[in-house]
Parts: sequence; structure tokens; C-alpha cells
Amino acid sequence: MSVARTTESKPAPPEVEKIRVKVNGREIEVPRLMPDWQGKLAPTTMLQACEAAGVTVPHYCYHPKLPVAGNCRMCLVEFGTPALGPDRKPILNPDGTPKIVKSPRPAIACATPVSPGMEIYTNTPTVKAMRQGVLEFLLINHPLDCPICDQAGECKLQEYSVDYGQSTSRFVEAKVHKPKAVQLGPRIVFDAERCILCTRCIRFTRDIVGDDALGIINRGSYNTITTYPGTFFDNNYSLNTVDLCPVGALTSKDFRFQMRVWFLKETPSICTSCATGCNITIWSRGNKIYRYTPRENDAVNGPWMCDYGRLNFKWIGRDDRLKDVIVRGQKTTWAAALNELADRLKHAPAGSVAIIASARQSNEELWLLSKLKARLGAFSDSVPRTGEADKLLVNADKNPNSNGARLTGIAGSELGANLGGIASGIANGKIKTLIVFGEDVTKHGLGPDLLARLDALIVSDILPNETTRRAHYLLPGCAHAEKSGSFTNAAGRVQRFLKAIEPPGDARPEWEFLHELVNNVVGGNGARSIAHLFDEMARDIPAFRSLTWAALGDRGVELKI
Amino acid sequence: MSFTVPQDLEARIDELVSRYPVKRSAVLMVLHALQEHFGWISQEAIEWTAKKLGLQPINVFELVTFYPMFRQQPAGRYQIKICRTLSCALAGSHELHKRICEKLGLDPTKHGPQTTKDGKFTVEFVECLASCHTAPVMMVNEQLYERVEQAKAFEVLSQCG
Ligand code: SF4
Ligand code: SF4
Ligand code: FES
Ligand code: FES
Repeated sequence: MSVARTTESKPAPPEVEKIRVKVNGREIEVPRLMPDWQGKLAPTTMLQACEAAGVTVPHYCYHPKLPVAGNCRMCLVEFGTPALGPDRKPILNPDGTPKIVKSPRPAIACATPVSPGMEIYTNTPTVKAMRQGVLEFLLINHPLDCPICDQAGECKLQEYSVDYGQSTSRFVEAKVHKPKAVQLGPRIVFDAERCILCTRCIRFTRDIVGDDALGIINRGSYNTITTYPGTFFDNNYSLNTVDLCPVGALTSKDFRFQMRVWFLKETPSICTSCATGCNITIWSRGNKIYRYTPRENDAVNGPWMCDYGRLNFKWIGRDDRLKDVIVRGQKTTWAAALNELADRLKHAPAGSVAIIASARQSNEELWLLSKLKARLGAFSDSVPRTGEADKLLVNADKNPNSNGARLTGIAGSELGANLGGIASGIANGKIKTLIVFGEDVTKHGLGPDLLARLDALIVSDILPNETTRRAHYLLPGCAHAEKSGSFTNAAGRVQRFLKAIEPPGDARPEWEFLHELVNNVVGGNGARSIAHLFDEMARDIPAFRSLTWAALGDRGVELKI
Repeated sequence: MSFTVPQDLEARIDELVSRYPVKRSAVLMVLHALQEHFGWISQEAIEWTAKKLGLQPINVFELVTFYPMFRQQPAGRYQIKICRTLSCALAGSHELHKRICEKLGLDPTKHGPQTTKDGKFTVEFVECLASCHTAPVMMVNEQLYERVEQAKAFEVLSQCG
């Protein structure tokens, strides 16, 4: 396996011509072409130019990763272009600057390309009046739901109303009432009165997912988002529309009414449900996780994630989590258990130990186990976990860190190839000690009868199973949300995840106690922080050489595998 | 009752579709042809149209609900359209609409077309019928009535067999 480090996953974009424009009087240079929603080069829009100038243009329907619709009109700005004489040459002011003719009409910044010398104005009284007008219309039939609306605190209608709207309503007529709490699909609840008809949800499911499931029916103020009668909005990406919806119209059935968003802490992490390794934010309060949302990383998942991965966190808070260190059925302390284990492993004859470590463990944990493996001359492997892939994000490999298992040498290129050998080693009495991290091996060819032949079954896991029930040494571990570490995804991108919540009871991050155990068995002391551990690992494993914990940042670094 | 489009109608629709460079552009024409034949656009008709044009049913459903000229329920035998736009409104068409609804036992405040229980009349309050100079006007099926007084309207109703 030859490995080289790259910082960029995509080739550098070709050089494009630059043009000069002015935003609110400040001149900036922007490329004539910029990536559109599909990443193809398209004429740079006024909105992109304003962003480049650090000027915010409020918008609802525009989203950088969706086709432009230009329907909300929130992004209206004023602009002017250099006046041209009959000879098509710019007419100059007496001071030699080009004469600018202000357009009599405003333009929507999201869909209007810039041209050389263009001047964009976003802070004129007219622009303010237009924003106020757009908001007034949006609020005409909008219910006063904020106190009971999930979106409060992250609602663009609230935010722009505060920034650009009026403090009181002039609307005295009767509001149009539309359906509320509509089950659009199994995971989505829709409130038609809150919808501002920006069509982001329609475009997402049609143009990104390829499931043309949503549409707008009726006319005027009766316009309503809906599915076709008798069908449901039920694809594996539907919950992204909850993030996309600028208001509280689309809500997640799972998160609805559970918690005010401003109480939640945000921790950058990685989804563990497949080898894609979508970047996520874990939203927690106290020791409870309330939701996952995708964290934008164009090299991996863009701004999206799948519904399955998003909702796959309930097990972390389960009541039957393993909380105690148990040695031969007796609860004990970490120190006692680790000392006893170190003694035992130090005296294990070469070739008598096998390690089965899940490809759900972090790079650091797998590396620590590989050090044990080297010292003990142990056999090792991981368990493959395959399922279906799709065209968008989901990978067929359901382990988040199969590549980590390969690069640390815990598994060969084909995960699970050694499991049979380990089973027969136990059967013929050669293997006396089995170390299992994060797998129920009884489901993978090492049945209870085989496990009964072992002198020592050392198990670390999170939830009880047939293997943990038979363990002589049971070491309670952590979900990724309860520790920090890194995974190597299917593309070879090393990405880190940070601790969001505390583990239950005596459970500890596996890397922490493995580090202690390995030091006791192999020697050395080394660092105690995950950053130091990662850096030590990077020095030791050729594939990771030159990586550092700090350099991984929030977006990870891709290895060429 | 299953939905079947007779062969000659389908042939006519295929011909309509062939006039457009892009199939989906024919959608309004197809819907008109279906409504002309069946009297209204059922869910089956929407699905049939979508299939014919390579669209999703939701795309067709959007159109059918957008245009009031497409009926989503079977209409009465007599379809009464009363104009509600400015000239007719000034000439008393709102009062006329109210009286006709009351006479037929319908709710004048309700939005959209309403059909009497016996399925005889459908009353609709519509926008300009393009006969503003003879306001107020109403139409019964394809027949236009001009300068309609209440008495005249009731007389027209009573002549409907
Ligand atoms: S539901 Fe939300 S995303 Fe969809 S159109 Fe309405 S406001 Fe936009
Ligand atoms: S595609 Fe994979 S990594 Fe991404 S959210 Fe789904 S399960 Fe998680
Ligand atoms: S953001 Fe430009 S029109 Fe909606
Ligand atoms: S206003 Fe009634 S026909 Fe034009």
C-alpha cells in the first residue's frame, strides 16, 4: 500500500479571468467565473461578489448547493454599470473615473451576474425599504408561532425580521389558515402556515436526491408544499430539508419539541454509520444528545448526511450501557483490572493471544492494540460489515474505520480474513487469550463453545451482548461521542471527532486505558492527551507520517491509498 | 371503476404531444383533452398524464391545482360562472352571486366551485369573462348571459331541465 499525503482532494481549479467590481464603494477583484451549485464554473453572481467583499446579502431561496430559483426576492440590491459612449468606450467623469449609471430597477443578487466595473449597493434606503417590504409580505399570513416553533433561535425569518423588518404589523385583515402538523413522511412534520415557499426542499429532493417527491399546489396565498396524494416524502435524505428550510415549516419528528436550540452545545464529530464518515455536529445538553446535523465538508459530504446516520445515536443513551469494570464476575477498579491484565499479558507465550478489534474503534485505539499485537506476537483481525451503498453518500462498508484497521495492521486488506484462523487456533488450543474490542464475536464464527475454551477472554464494549456476558475481564468503553479520536474513511481521509458528553459510570475512553495497559506491557510512558497520542502514532505508522492532530483540523486530511 | 382512455382520445393526445419539441410542454393540452372527455380531472387522469409525458404525478398535480379551469371533482350538469371582477362587481355581481347561491342552497362565502347535492348545478365565482361592457354577466355552460338582473338569473335557472 503506497501512501502519500495530499492536502487537497480536488485538482486546483483552472485560472479564470478576474474582474473588478465595487461593493458599497469598496473595490474588490472577483473571478469572472465561480463554482455553481454543482461545482461547475458559472458567471459570478452579485451575491457571490458581495460575499467575497464580506458584505452579507440576506437571502432565503438561494443556497450555494442548490440550483438558483430566485423566488424570494429577499436578496434585492441596487447596482450601476459604467456608462458607454457611442464608441462603446466608457464615459469618464471630470475626475477621470468611469461614469456609473445606476440601474432604475433593483436586481436579485443571487441570480444576476456581475460585469466589469459594476457597482453594487446593499445599504441604500431603497434596498432597506425593499427588504422591509419583502418581509412584510412574508409575514402577512405567517402565524405568531415563534414561542412554540422548533426553528426559533435558528430561524432566518426571525433573524431578518429583527435586522430588516418592522416592529409592528400593519396587517388588519384575516390571515389565511393552512394545514399544520402534516406528516409529509415518516420523519418529517410540515407546517404550511410557516412555509415561505422558497422551494429549497423541492429542489433538494428533486435535484440532489433524484426523488421528485415534493411540489407546490394551489395558488397565491393558498400555495402549499405537499407530496402527491397517497405518497410520502420518505427517502434516506429527507431530514436534510429540515436543515435547509429557512423557517420552522419542516421539522424533524425526532427532534420536534425536544429542546430549545440555544441550550444545546455543539461538538464537531464524525458519523459512524458507514465508511463515508460524514462530518457532523453533535448537539447535546448535559449528558444527553439531542440531534446530529451535518457539518459542511465539501471533500466528504458537502452540507448533507443521510437520515439513517443522523438518527443513529439513541443507543448511546441506553440504560443498559456497560458501566462497571468487571473481573471474573466481580466489580472492581480500573487500576486493579489493568494491573492484573498487564501481568497476565506480559507472561503470555508468543502466539497464544489473538485480538479482534472492531473497525468502529478509532485509529489511536487500533494502533495501541497493534502495539500489543507486535509485542505478543498475536493474531488479529476486524469484523467486516457490509450493506447497501447509494449514489449520494452511503458507503457499502458500514464500518467507519476499516481503513484505520488496515493501516494499523490490525486487519489485512480484506477484513475478517483471519477470523477463521483465530477460531481454529482457539479450537486446537493454541490460542488461550482473546482480546475483543467492540464486537460480539459469537455472531462472527466464535461461538460460546469456543469462547469457553479460553483461559482469558478480555472484552471491551459499550452495550452488553453474548461476548461481554462471557468475558473474564470486562472493560466498559465509550461511544465516539464520549471521547476524542480519529477515523480513516473510505477515501483515506483522516478525520477527528471530539468528545461531546461524559460516558456513564466507570466507562472510560478505550484509548485512555489501552494506553495505560500498553505502557505496562510494552514499556514507555508517552503522552496522556489524544493529541500527543495521535502525533506519536503518526510517527510510528508510515501511512500517517507527517500528519499531526492539530493539522487534521475540522476538515481532516486525505491520504492517498 | 378503472380509468381507461379510449383509443381515439389517446390517438388525439399522442398527436398533441407530437407538436411539442419537449413532451412535458404538452401537459396543459393533454389535461384539457382529458377534461373535455371526462368532465373533470381525476387522480387517475393525473397519473395517466404524468406517465404519458414522463413526469412525476406531483408535477401534474401542481398544475391542476394551480388553474381553476381544471375541475378536481365532477361538475354539475349546469355550470354557472358569475363574474366577480371590477365592472361586474360595480354592477352588482356580488349580490347576484349571493342570491343564486342562496336559492340553490349553497354557501356564498365558500371559496371555489360548489355543486348542489342533486348534482344539477355547479356555481363558481370567477374572474373577468371578457364582456365587461355588458356587466354583470354570467355563463351557463357555454352560453353567455348579459346584463343579468336577479329576476333574469332565476328565470334562466328555472329553464334548466
Ligand atoms: S417548507 Fe421550508 S424549505 Fe420548503 S418551501 Fe417552505 S420554507 Fe422553503
Ligand atoms: S452516509 Fe454514512 S457517514 Fe454519512 S450520514 Fe449516512 S451513514 Fe453516516
Ligand atoms: S435569494 Fe435571491 S431571490 Fe431568493
Ligand atoms: S368584469 Fe365581468 S366580464 Fe369583465
